Amino acid sequence: MSEFSILLPSVLNGITTGALYALVALGLTLIYGVLHIINFAHGSLLMLALYGVYFLAAGFDIGPYQALVFMPAAMFAVGYVLQRFVIGKASHDRDENILLVTLGLSIVIENLALYFFRSDTRVVDTPWSFETVELLGAFLPLPKVIAFFGALATAAALWVLMTRTDLGKAIRAVAKERKGARLVGIDVDHVFAMSFGIGIACLGIAACLLMPSYYVTPQVGHGFVLIAFTIVVLGGMGSFVGALIGGLFIGVVESLGGLFLGESLGQIGIFAIFILILLFRPTGLLGHKV
Amino acid sequence: MKTLAILAVVFAALGVLPLFVVSDVWLNSLIAVLYAALLGQAWNILGGYGGQFSFGHAAFFGTGAYTVAVLQVQYGINPWIGLVAGAAAAGLVAAFVGALSFRYGLRGSYFALVTLAFAEVLRILSNSVPFTGAGVGILIPLDPGAENLQFAHKSGYFWMIWAMALAAFLAAWWLGHSRFGARLMALRDNEDAARALGVSALRIKLGGIVMSGVFSGLAGVFYAQHYLYLDPGLAYGPAISVESLLVPIVGGMGTLFGPLLGAAALHVLSEVTRDIFGDAPGISLAIYGALLIFIVMFLPHGLAGLGRISARRLIRARPA
Amino acid sequence: MILSVSGVSKSFGGLQAVRDASLDVEQGRIVSLIGPNGAGKTTLFALITGFHKPDAGRVVFNGEDVTGQAPERIARLGMVRTFQIVQPFAGQTVRDNIAVGAHLHRPARRDALRKAEEVARQVGLADRLDQDAASLTVAGRKRLEVAKALATDPKLILLDEVMAGLNPSEVRDVIPIIQAIRENGVTIVLIEHVMQAVMSLSEHTWVLNQGETIADGPPAELARDPVVIEAYLGHGMATRLAEEAPVA
Ligand SMILES: Nc1ncnc2c1ncn2[C@@H]1O[C@H](COP(=O)(O)OP(=O)(O)O)[C@@H](O)[C@H]1O
Ligand SMILES: [Mg+2]
Repeated sequence: MSEFSILLPSVLNGITTGALYALVALGLTLIYGVLHIINFAHGSLLMLALYGVYFLAAGFDIGPYQALVFMPAAMFAVGYVLQRFVIGKASHDRDENILLVTLGLSIVIENLALYFFRSDTRVVDTPWSFETVELLGAFLPLPKVIAFFGALATAAALWVLMTRTDLGKAIRAVAKERKGARLVGIDVDHVFAMSFGIGIACLGIAACLLMPSYYVTPQVGHGFVLIAFTIVVLGGMGSFVGALIGGLFIGVVESLGGLFLGESLGQIGIFAIFILILLFRPTGLLGHKV
Repeated sequence: MKTLAILAVVFAALGVLPLFVVSDVWLNSLIAVLYAALLGQAWNILGGYGGQFSFGHAAFFGTGAYTVAVLQVQYGINPWIGLVAGAAAAGLVAAFVGALSFRYGLRGSYFALVTLAFAEVLRILSNSVPFTGAGVGILIPLDPGAENLQFAHKSGYFWMIWAMALAAFLAAWWLGHSRFGARLMALRDNEDAARALGVSALRIKLGGIVMSGVFSGLAGVFYAQHYLYLDPGLAYGPAISVESLLVPIVGGMGTLFGPLLGAAALHVLSEVTRDIFGDAPGISLAIYGALLIFIVMFLPHGLAGLGRISARRLIRARPA
Repeated sequence: MILSVSGVSKSFGGLQAVRDASLDVEQGRIVSLIGPNGAGKTTLFALITGFHKPDAGRVVFNGEDVTGQAPERIARLGMVRTFQIVQPFAGQTVRDNIAVGAHLHRPARRDALRKAEEVARQVGLADRLDQDAASLTVAGRKRLEVAKALATDPKLILLDEVMAGLNPSEVRDVIPIIQAIRENGVTIVLIEHVMQAVMSLSEHTWVLNQGETIADGPPAELARDPVVIEAYLGHGMATRLAEEAPVA
């Protein structure tokens, strides 16, 4: 076997995984860009969404892709309420407080999940879970290919929302100048909660796209949270394009790292990138704002 | 001087308790509280006095724990030496993390994330390299005897953690009564103003993180010798980091007795939770998380702040 | 010359905040820096004390080139600044606030606390030593700002609008405090809008406009200098200067 024939599937696999990472990171970067807060509960909210998809499938026979009708809305509501009534009330003007509150939220969500759902690994089986698509001689799982295009479509939709709608304009106004926005009569708390809700709604979409090729346990969010942070700092806090490119890049790094260093050590590459970026370029490689 | 006297009385009282307490259950509770207080005071030195919130104190704790364990198991080095080496190694890791973070002016949420990432890197590394026993973990052979820093009776472990906690509390007391502490707190409250008055931000913060790391490492050494077993998730996992910050936040950040108050309160809470829910997984941590949110939202000065408020109310109420 | 600033410039993005500014301060004097809001006065202080690195130019303090050095090192050499927007260690007592400065050359806690009390007496904060710094009035905070800096035993102190926001009687109380500081051998550079203070305190004044030092001389002369008046002071200011001149 030539080098190429090992590398290519690995890279393509990394790109499809990376698109999902990007989707998770998009929500995080939107929240950061508008509210200037780091949502530590992002991973556990994704886990919650995955359970939502699982129970829709297990209880109501609603498949993951049909769940796309419900999940974004449900997660939006969760996000809106959390921001409006919990996170927004706790900051007392200190970044660290928000980080602590969202850390607290993640602990609560994760452990309640553990209490109610136990730590069993749950999957949703679909007839096409194991189908593959051949691309340039590499075989890619069909759900991952669908997820890849779903992630791109979501990113595009988000971009339209932010640039072409009144809500998007209000969000951008608040992101830039919250005092000024308040003065011209924008309900800043509402816009904050909307932005947070939209960021969390992205997790609802991500969960639907992810579930067919993945699984859910109460701890499943862990793996995503630092990866999402890495992508966000890599792409520049608050940058959509950065989150997309960063997500794909990290997906490939993880995939190649796993190939050369083995599954568990492979992740170190991601953390190394994370630490290096935070230390040397905290504004990110593509410091482009929402 | 007054706080030093109170500190002496509190630790003397804790010290004589085992003379009256015969039941192992109570002794275990005392050990658990002192252990959490040590962990919390270690975090408090950097987070409470220094204003630098770490989300990754497990990096220091785990280094202390693994150092004493690996030295014993792989190299047959006595754990008393391991204790010193563990604290020193934890201090070194802290110095490394601090040098990188503070050198580049990392603050607030960024510092929290970097410390978290360092802890995760160490967890993955200890999960992958053979001399830590990788994912299987490392088992310290049972061999009770003071010379092996292992004790057949619980009271031995009690004295061990008592002494370690006392050292940490004395260090925290010193912060309130020394130039170093004054500078550390000045940087916390206003970095620019402190620098204008000749305070070297980098050097003082480095001192703070090393001090903090050393005591966290000591807690790790205690953990290793007490349970005689470690694995990457226990030593470097997020639970330790969370407990480290939760204890002083609940008790009162930047106060000498906050970590002790917090440790006692959390212990009582976890016992009550266990009485109600049994050993169901998750529930006690879920309550910890809820408590963290509640404290940050409503009691930014923790339980110690609650005491201060009611004391002030009493004083105000009297002349009326 | 205890302080010599030559050709210092600084821009923030497109905005040139300080442009080729120069000034020389002789040991033991009180001098001042005036100019309209946004002229670059505070930025010049920040450049002198190491809070910003100059894009060009040199700062020499006490014979040593300190251009671009860290603020803490410059403070240790004996040059400290105060902040126009006061920067107390909120949540700490007035005593602890001043002690941070006093610790610069006093390692022992007891010595620093004693020095803090002494300085508090000097600036009129002696009765508020145990009060939380955040609970002080504006006038109290301005005094605390001076006290913290003074406690470091500086050779030169840069006071940034320590009289702004004070009422006339409060200003009258502060002026002798500043004079007393100089009498103890400390050189003083003031930024001030309160002309009464500039006229009665300083022996020499630099006028800064749009980042440039456009004129300098004794304040009373500057008040009559048509270039200064025409260029930027405006009529209102000129009349005030003329009225207040006799105070000097
Ligand atoms: N850190 C900074 N970043 C960007 N612009 C600044 C900064 N500091 C000052 N400026 C700008 O530089 C100019 C001079 O400000 P300043 O030195 O505060 O003036 P003054 O003290 O004379 O009122 C102003 O236009 C101000 O907005
Ligand atoms: Mg100014």
